[in-house]
Amino acid sequence: MEKILTRFWGDISNLPESRKIALMYWTVAIALFGAQLLFGLIAAYQYINPDFLYTVMPFNITRMLHINAMVVWLLMGFIGGIYWLLPDETGRDVVGAKLGRIAFYLLTGAVAVVVLVYILVQMGKGNFFTMWFINEGREYIEAPRWADIGIVAVMGIIYYNVLATVLKAKKITGLLGVLLIDLIALAGLYVAGMFFTPNITYDQFWWWWVVHLWVEATWEVLVGVLMGWALMHVLGTPRRIIEGWLYLEVLLVFGTGILGLGHHYYWIGTPEYWLGIGGFFSSLEPIPLVAMIVHAVYDAGVHKLQTVNRPALFFIFLQAFGNFFGAGVWGFMHTLPQINLYSHGTQMAASHGHLAFFGAYVATNLVLMYIALQHIRAPHGPILDSKTWKIAYVGMIVSMVGMVGALLVAGFAQTFFERAIGGATWQDYIMSQMHPWVKIPMYWRLGFGILFFIFYFVLVYDMLTIGKKKVEAVEVKPA
Amino acid sequence: MKVGWLEVTVATLFLTLVLGAVWTRGRNWLDPEFWKRYAIIGSAIMFIALIILTFDTLAKTKIGSDRVPSPTVINYKIDYKYDPEKGYFKPVIGPEKELLFGKEYSEEEAMELIVKGKLVIQSRACMDCHTLLGNGAYYAPDLTKAWLDPKWEKVMIAATQSKTKEEAMVKFLMHPDKYATWTRRMPNLDIDEEEAKAVVAYLKWMAAINTNGFPDHFGESKLVKF
Ligand code: HEC
Ligand code: HEM
Ligand code: HEM
Ligand SMILES: [Fe+2]
Repeated sequence: MEKILTRFWGDISNLPESRKIALMYWTVAIALFGAQLLFGLIAAYQYINPDFLYTVMPFNITRMLHINAMVVWLLMGFIGGIYWLLPDETGRDVVGAKLGRIAFYLLTGAVAVVVLVYILVQMGKGNFFTMWFINEGREYIEAPRWADIGIVAVMGIIYYNVLATVLKAKKITGLLGVLLIDLIALAGLYVAGMFFTPNITYDQFWWWWVVHLWVEATWEVLVGVLMGWALMHVLGTPRRIIEGWLYLEVLLVFGTGILGLGHHYYWIGTPEYWLGIGGFFSSLEPIPLVAMIVHAVYDAGVHKLQTVNRPALFFIFLQAFGNFFGAGVWGFMHTLPQINLYSHGTQMAASHGHLAFFGAYVATNLVLMYIALQHIRAPHGPILDSKTWKIAYVGMIVSMVGMVGALLVAGFAQTFFERAIGGATWQDYIMSQMHPWVKIPMYWRLGFGILFFIFYFVLVYDMLTIGKKKVEAVEVKPA
Repeated sequence: MKVGWLEVTVATLFLTLVLGAVWTRGRNWLDPEFWKRYAIIGSAIMFIALIILTFDTLAKTKIGSDRVPSPTVINYKIDYKYDPEKGYFKPVIGPEKELLFGKEYSEEEAMELIVKGKLVIQSRACMDCHTLLGNGAYYAPDLTKAWLDPKWEKVMIAATQSKTKEEAMVKFLMHPDKYATWTRRMPNLDIDEEEAKAVVAYLKWMAAINTNGFPDHFGESKLVKF
């Protein structure tokens, strides 16, 4: 392992154990990112050529692999981020380094088995064996029950490790305090998705506890912690300011996002009061995202954009703006019940989902990885920079915006033709899908998806090479 | 007093403001501690409100409740009509009977069928192609009111050479590749007859759930004329 990490990341002999574990997680995360894109491309191509892998690997399987790979790599990336900042925040190395490695191998092994079963077995008969060992068939949390339990157990180990380190260091920062509470909520929510019920209203009610209260509450606070830490390191913002902002963000994210859950309870059989509660609170959800932009831009302005880590700084901007546009603006577009009645379950959601996950969570992971790269490869300056990260950065943004724009057109058209003019039936669906305004964007999505995949490789190339050869020495005062 | 969304909204915001103000009294708003206390208060109040609403919602959406009916509704005719009082489309159950597969199911038998149907739907990951109650994937039609879809009567009964709608649905589910109606075909998911019947029962039962009017004006299309 040591050898592999050295090869990918550089000389790691001086790193604390905690940070080596971080690199292990990130290595797997980046590989899974690639797998996610590959299956996304196949799924996108199946929209255009439905016969492609029709009997070998149908759309539901390719899509499942696409979104499961996403959830897993983003979570692994976050775990890596936590291990990376832990020595810094506690002033000591992680307590259970060995345990941490074991947890990593367990998690990676479990993911590998789940993926192999998805690919080779795919589906089972309608019984509990299938739920336990093959596929639970609930979007995003399809992983069979044994893996659910395993994942929660491993999360427990990781949590214990973080907590024990904090306790041993006898030092708790505001960032760590928020992190520790947030992680309990995050792992606890996953349990809400672990039972079977024939009542589809209950099923979706709890399913959204996991999905919404993850991405619009606990993950959002988690990236608040990670980005706060990043701002301190990339720009040198004082801790007091970071922590004040973090608390404000927690107030706003939880204050709006918890009851904002109601925007998924409009049409699943739940009572009518959710239309008002969900509509009101979810409409306020963009407010913390605006606050995060203000925070990042203000800090960067104070330091006149001076930094030792260009890519990290720019990915911080991408995070702030991507989160605001993808989650805040794209989310707001369809969050009022009067609009959602028609747009619910159309390509609108896909448009929003892609921009939000990319802006909020992919960007956060890349910020942290670039901070690590700078720490490993250019610890004493001059400045971490290259040409290729700029190409990857602009390329990924342009191709993501292209995909999201295409899906937005398709989403509006589908909403209009299938739901407004049409009667939302089987045949209305087919007619709307064959309409050029839905059909042609599917080609654009595939085209921009291929482009995105290419820039993914540019990104990987940059991560492998940046800071390895001496760049022109620029005098930069660390901020 | 009847508690509606407005009362919940005003109460949670008011409590957050007031309790937060009490707990942060005398503190400067630039002090991180000020926001820490507000964050704790705000999160706690919203979470407690969610718990209370969850209990209320679960009670109102039990199987056999007004909104999520008993599985025995599969013995009745189900319709979907505009309710002028509510201002949205609502399922109408009965009163006339309409047996499924020519059989009257007891409460227990019907429940067994629904459990089986749900297991089949999860085992094949239908939701990674279709949406159910509007949630899932966008590759195939929404199934919320699939039972009421006019295409079964107008096209599929003849296409599958069936006598009834449910027979046509079973045949389609067992051989969707054979009875495909456009180029994007549903794959053969190895669904046997018993499984297909359970799924049809599930779809009929699901169509009877009150979804607050989603999808709006189902089946009343200006786009499709059979
Ligand atoms: C690989 C994607 C895929 C999977 C998985 C899938 N379907 Fe389908 N389904 C489709 C497509 C595409 C159509 C439209 C087929 C056509 O028109 O010929 C369809 C049509 C249907 C229809 C008729 C449409 C309507 O609105 O009434 C029903 C009912 C249906 N599927 C039920 C199911 C059930 C139940 C499952 C899971 C057991 C399932 N499907 C799994 C793709 C899928
Ligand atoms: C980073 C944060 C966010 C992420 C990652 C995210 C992601 C997603 C995803 C993936 C879906 C589709 C779910 C499915 O598969 O069915 C979705 C749905 C939705 N999101 Fe978000 N979201 C975020 C924030 C927001 C915000 C802030 C709002 C509102 C202002 C919002 C409003 C909605 C709505 C209304 C839907 C339901 C769409 C439908 O009815 O089909 N989201 N979100
Ligand atoms: C190569 C680029 C990509 C392609 C071609 C692609 C393609 C697809 C396709 C075809 C679907 C299925 C949509 C449907 O059900 O109709 C999908 C869903 C999804 N993808 Fe991607 N994707 C790509 C990149 C990404 C990235 C980078 C992310 C985020 C990190 C992402 C997140 C998602 C999510 C969350 C969904 C579920 C959306 C929903 O249910 O609303 N994808 N993608
Ligand atoms: Fe949400």
